[in-house]
Amino acid sequence: MLHRLLRRLGLSVVTLLGTAFLTFMLLNAVPGDVARVIAGAKASPEVIKEIHAKYHLDDPLWQRFFLYLNQLAHGDLGHSYVTDQSVAEALITRLPTTAALSALAVVMWIALAVPLGALTARFRDSWFDRSTLVVATITLSLPAFWLARMLQYWLGYQLGWFPIGFFRSLGDLLLPAAALAILFVGYYARLIHTNMVDVLESPYIQAARAKGLSETRILFKHALRNAMIPVITILGMDVAGLLGGVLFIENVFALPGIGTLAVQSVFNLDPPVIMGTVLFSATMVVGANWVVDLLYGLIDPRIKSAV
Amino acid sequence: MLMANRLAGVGAVIILIFALLAVAAPTLTRWHLLHTPDQQDEQGLDADGLPRPAGGAYLAGTDNLGRDMLSRVVYGARVSLPVGVGAMLTAMVIGVTVGLLAGFFGGKLDLVLMRITEIFMTIPAILLAIAFAGLLDVSGRTIHLHPAWLHWSWLDVTLKRGAVSVFFIVGLVSWPGMVRVVRAQVLALKEREFVLAARTLGASDARIILRAVLPNLLPTVIVLSVMSIANTILLEAGLGYLGIGVPPPAPTWGSMISEGQPYFITYPHLVIVPGLAIVLTVLAFNLLGQGLQEIVNPKR
Repeated sequence: MLHRLLRRLGLSVVTLLGTAFLTFMLLNAVPGDVARVIAGAKASPEVIKEIHAKYHLDDPLWQRFFLYLNQLAHGDLGHSYVTDQSVAEALITRLPTTAALSALAVVMWIALAVPLGALTARFRDSWFDRSTLVVATITLSLPAFWLARMLQYWLGYQLGWFPIGFFRSLGDLLLPAAALAILFVGYYARLIHTNMVDVLESPYIQAARAKGLSETRILFKHALRNAMIPVITILGMDVAGLLGGVLFIENVFALPGIGTLAVQSVFNLDPPVIMGTVLFSATMVVGANWVVDLLYGLIDPRIKSAV
Repeated sequence: MLMANRLAGVGAVIILIFALLAVAAPTLTRWHLLHTPDQQDEQGLDADGLPRPAGGAYLAGTDNLGRDMLSRVVYGARVSLPVGVGAMLTAMVIGVTVGLLAGFFGGKLDLVLMRITEIFMTIPAILLAIAFAGLLDVSGRTIHLHPAWLHWSWLDVTLKRGAVSVFFIVGLVSWPGMVRVVRAQVLALKEREFVLAARTLGASDARIILRAVLPNLLPTVIVLSVMSIANTILLEAGLGYLGIGVPPPAPTWGSMISEGQPYFITYPHLVIVPGLAIVLTVLAFNLLGQGLQEIVNPKR
């Protein structure tokens, strides 16, 4: 048990270090002087020299990477080259928006995908199943930014149901979250459908039927539990995909979240902030996989959790 | 089963139409059946200098510069389709190689390769792609791969943003998802009798991979590649939307949407039309992929 736990922990650390290494090398392969980005095009040579010394820009790349790791180990993500704000602070102030948006979207799409997946499995090959399949495939084919603009136009501007262009309270996140949820609901409905079809054919379901339990009870109580196990795995792995969607949704709705920060930092050529957002994303993904492992044990006691 | 195949047929037809239009676009323009995509038409703007809505002489309307939207969408297919396919091929080469090696040889190599794959999976593809694309600008910057005191100009690489670099970038971030599928398939194939037979006959690893494993991977790879074109087109459109895709004047669907946004409220067709082109193409590839999946793996 302890051995497995340590092994998992080790692998997670290796993954995060690898991500840091990859991003660091990628960002510093850019030709062009970072000092010019910081001080502006008209800066005097003395200032440029000073900045070089301050950020160790003349040291070899590997030395700078270890300096960065040392900094990370002390809980310091560095400061933005452009705004001089601490990267940790920038991430923390934007986290609530992104977290609320993502959580709301996950709740929405799971709440919709579970009944859709279960019912299409129960009434397989009916017109309901087929039309759900087509709609699900369409949702898979929507560009996030386009869908967001469309919803904003029809539901926000034309019908006036939702506010557009500003952000005051949690309620204003409903439309952006709905846009995000639409991008994922089709995929999850199909996933639950496929698992449900498998589970519904298993002997214990037949036993439940033989016992005379109601079809609804069998479907939503007995079958769903087992059909959800693979779904939770995928959900854990989808965190990176979710952040990709968040990036566009926040961009279109002008939400002050981590996605907006990430896009801004790339356009500003601001390496510390890019590193910060990438490491944040990687930590979320690794963390999500741990949570998934933990949940396994709760849903299915036969699976020994590694956590 | 039948339904998926019929839908796959619809997908194939849509793809074919887009491909034909893309190939024929310059000819259609020469025959005056299609307006030029990057020049203002004489009648392109109305008397007040505003875009024309859809309908009439301009089936899909004109944009804020008086350029024909339909023509721009058709010419956009000349960018989006090749970039999508090129990105898929790039991703396929990396994904299949990594998955094959990891699954076939197992052990330490598997551990290392899967770790690297996982690292790529922890960063959202679009974030990695914009980081890559952000490094390139349109004018091109030169990286010297040699020490400064050596004047080896053949080791200078100019990084320039264009169609080729964009499909390369999209490909470079799209492969990790394929690795797991290919690896799982290779692990299953490795245990099959014909591989064992080849091994007993003294065939080398290279021969077993090329002659026994790779041909049997083909169905999986074909389904994966069709499905992944859907994703690479979406990614390319995303980069275009953010303004770091294939640079103008080439019309791309993503950049058309971002160019149309400021006029969106009054002229929604500027955003709706290119968006529909993206949705239709991506949907077509998804439908075709699902249909093929059903043929290759009828259980699902």
